Amino acid sequence: MEALFTNLEETVSIILFGIGFTMLLLHRNLIKKIMGMNIMDTAVYLFLAAKGYIKGRMVPIVTDGIQDVSAYINPVPSGLVLTGIVVSVSTTALMLALTIRLYERYGSLDLDQILMRAKEEERG
Amino acid sequence: MSFVQNFPFFSIIIAMFSGIISSVLSGKKARNLTFGAILMILILSAGVLYFCNEQGSYTYMMGHFPAPWGNEIRAGVLEGLTAVFFCLVMLLSVLGGMRHTEQDIEGSKHNLFYIMVDLMLSSLLALIYTNDLFTAYVFVEINTIAGCGMIMIRQKGRSLSSAIRYMILSQLGSGLFLIGLSLLYDVTGHLLMSPAKEAVAAIEAAGSYGIPMLVIMAVISVGLAIKSGLYPFHYWIPDTYGYATPAASAILSGLVSKGYIFLLIKIFYRVLGRENVIASQIINVLFMFGLAGMVMGSLHAILERDMRRMIAFSSVAQIGYIYMGIGLGTQAGMVAAIFHIFTHSATKALLFISAVGLYEVSGNRKDYKSLRGSGYRNPLAGIGFGIGALSMVGFPMLSGFISKLLFATSALQSPTKMLPTLIVLAISTVLNAVYFLRMVITIYSIPKEEEKRMEEGKILAGSWNLRLAIACFILLNLTLGLFSQPIVKAIGDGLTMFT
Amino acid sequence: MSRMKNNYENSRFMKFKRWVDGETDLLMNTMEIVPAKEPESKSFKEASKACSGEKRERTAPVFSEGRGLLYFRRFYQTVSVLLCSGIIFVLLWTVAYLPSFGNAGNPDNNEVSARYIEQGLQETGAVNIVTGMILDYRAFDTFGESCVLFIASCCVLVLLRIDAADGDQKAKKRLAEANDRIYEPKNDVILQKCACILVPVILVFGIYIVLNGHLSPGGGFSGGAVLGSGLILYLNAFGFERTQQIFTEKVYRRVTLCALTFYCLAKSYSFFTGANHLESGIPLGTPGAILSSGLILPLNICVGLVVACTMYAFYTLFRKGGM
Repeated sequence: MEALFTNLEETVSIILFGIGFTMLLLHRNLIKKIMGMNIMDTAVYLFLAAKGYIKGRMVPIVTDGIQDVSAYINPVPSGLVLTGIVVSVSTTALMLALTIRLYERYGSLDLDQILMRAKEEERG
Repeated sequence: MSFVQNFPFFSIIIAMFSGIISSVLSGKKARNLTFGAILMILILSAGVLYFCNEQGSYTYMMGHFPAPWGNEIRAGVLEGLTAVFFCLVMLLSVLGGMRHTEQDIEGSKHNLFYIMVDLMLSSLLALIYTNDLFTAYVFVEINTIAGCGMIMIRQKGRSLSSAIRYMILSQLGSGLFLIGLSLLYDVTGHLLMSPAKEAVAAIEAAGSYGIPMLVIMAVISVGLAIKSGLYPFHYWIPDTYGYATPAASAILSGLVSKGYIFLLIKIFYRVLGRENVIASQIINVLFMFGLAGMVMGSLHAILERDMRRMIAFSSVAQIGYIYMGIGLGTQAGMVAAIFHIFTHSATKALLFISAVGLYEVSGNRKDYKSLRGSGYRNPLAGIGFGIGALSMVGFPMLSGFISKLLFATSALQSPTKMLPTLIVLAISTVLNAVYFLRMVITIYSIPKEEEKRMEEGKILAGSWNLRLAIACFILLNLTLGLFSQPIVKAIGDGLTMFT
Repeated sequence: MSRMKNNYENSRFMKFKRWVDGETDLLMNTMEIVPAKEPESKSFKEASKACSGEKRERTAPVFSEGRGLLYFRRFYQTVSVLLCSGIIFVLLWTVAYLPSFGNAGNPDNNEVSARYIEQGLQETGAVNIVTGMILDYRAFDTFGESCVLFIASCCVLVLLRIDAADGDQKAKKRLAEANDRIYEPKNDVILQKCACILVPVILVFGIYIVLNGHLSPGGGFSGGAVLGSGLILYLNAFGFERTQQIFTEKVYRRVTLCALTFYCLAKSYSFFTGANHLESGIPLGTPGAILSSGLILPLNICVGLVVACTMYAFYTLFRKGGM
């Protein structure tokens, strides 16, 4: 229990991850699903960023020629977050475009309704 | 360093580069470029396979920095074999579905389809060869997006709604996979597979981080299982495979889900350690889900009326087989699972492509009863479908028989799981037989008079590329069935090289 | 006995609840600006019906929301709460055992990050260690990342681009353009004057971020996003007629193709030489100078171009299905 409060950033990011995951899986509204996806991804980035942080150290940009490990935080998670953000932007754009097409076609953002109408359209 | 060792890297870059170039080409040129690229990659992969068979596996630096610092790829016998196989299936699927691709997609967007094929191939190759977990994540995403693009490029019917479902489930899988990677990075401090494995071994020896390791294994396995469509997460499969353009269905069912399974096996062997995975109960969970999938997928398929959806549900069952093989936890079970990956991608692509041939001569209606007698109207497609169906059921001389045999023999080696495996294998085979033989009988039964008259006007001349693709797929299936020994041996060698 | 409230419907709690449920908009009637009209005007509907043979008008729900659906919804809600708490519980349980936050002795602060920090400047020539890491040590990942962006833009093109190939499509394109005029402000002086001042600043700032990616925080992606937003602001202020003079789909395709091709070839060269233990022969320059750190600067420019074009392309495609 104590560790949860010392690892506060991780705790928060995990809670956000759970919320985003559930929204993406079970919310019926497509826009909110996409929001959930973004919350989930961002939570992972928060987690990674928290993992890279070390108390009292600087951002990993060489200043004044100091090249000592004890001066800078871990650069690896920052790089992973940068890559991850691009991936999440791309998937968000794709999902939004799909949502637009579905809304144009079936007049609804509710996934259940869309599926129902799609089935009906096929039958009729 | 031998020049052949560059080939895995060349094949990934060629696929990507042809995708990038295709964005400014016309549809026809993009198609030719894609065929050229796939053929070339096929030859390169064969070179890799030959080289690794002679000299063993090796790692290849992507850049100027060695293992724990720079990116790396790794090639071995199993990687080479899988790459050759995937290229072959990709080539034949694109070839067989070519005419439908051109009909289903708007004229000005043809080249975009081939971009997706190229990038899909490059991401599959990268998943096969990668030796780095984060590279795997990035290419898993390329694979997902390219798959989604292939589904929705046919903007008709239910392909759009199935695309969004596919996207949602895939994103759930990716999210779990990514958090698993982050946790793993947190406890090991490495992203490359080999140093990560050493760190994991040290952690297991010290006994620290017991619970995080368990959760990491669970999260990564479940994430990739969702993406590959294991049973309880399968509900995107039938719509996706049933309504995409035929080439896309064949590629998605034959290759995409297999790429994720291959990655999972690689992570089990090269990062988490097979013993650790077996010691945690994760593998039993996969085993149970696999068994459930084998039965439920077949039951769903029996209830289905649309032939392509039926084949799609059969994929659910077959993916259940693969996970069951992984879940057995023995080396033999893993070999059987990998052999079944090959079997299934060859057979399922054959089924989808020959289903196209049968639909073409029957007026493209959904209900499978309209296919009555289509085996006579398009003989080669009928034979292809028959062979695919028999292979799925497990008819001797065909590839499905060998993989069932391998599953059964490997089940005999693990006493606790022997009985459930054999029972479910038998049930599933019977169920497979029910719906596949029903289909085969339907396509070879004589149509009623009025139906015949109605359809006579619509018979199309089958295209040469479809025939060629079906013939090659049949050959591939027979090869897997008749000359399975060297392939099984190569898989075994490859798995030993993994560790 | 408690006092009965006969106007409980107007109580703050009920208003809040209605707002949460999405039934009413609290800001209704209090906003000064009312949107002139819905984008989906009558002519749009008629025209869309005319241009595509499908049944588009399906505003009324075609199925009755019976009791079954209600139960289904309740079931959904219960399952989501359970699942959410389950996942959170399992992962929190894990977090409790993870290495503690901000501790220098954590397993991830190992020889990997040590070498990036200690020798990154000499080996990559980049003052910004993160840039050096993603564009040199782990460049394959980053190349994959730009391919993700590329394939996503291809997918959006597939979904939203309207090609004027045949009659149907031509009508649809005209319609989309007519529909788009509603969004287009006609000579909005305030917006145009602001844009006149802001757009050059934004573009210069974007270029600065791209060019200084190896020296300061930033790099191709962030700079490209800034450039893209500058272009989008310009488009919003002056309309498509002005932007089409400089930026069409042809330009977009060529820029993306050139940038990605250069990226692909440059990185292939560097991977090939690296793996075969050859010298790459690319000078790293003086660390800290703008022309330094070998391939990183050109690669940042390529990524910046791709991202700027893709962002702008996303915007135009979402707005009217073409550039």
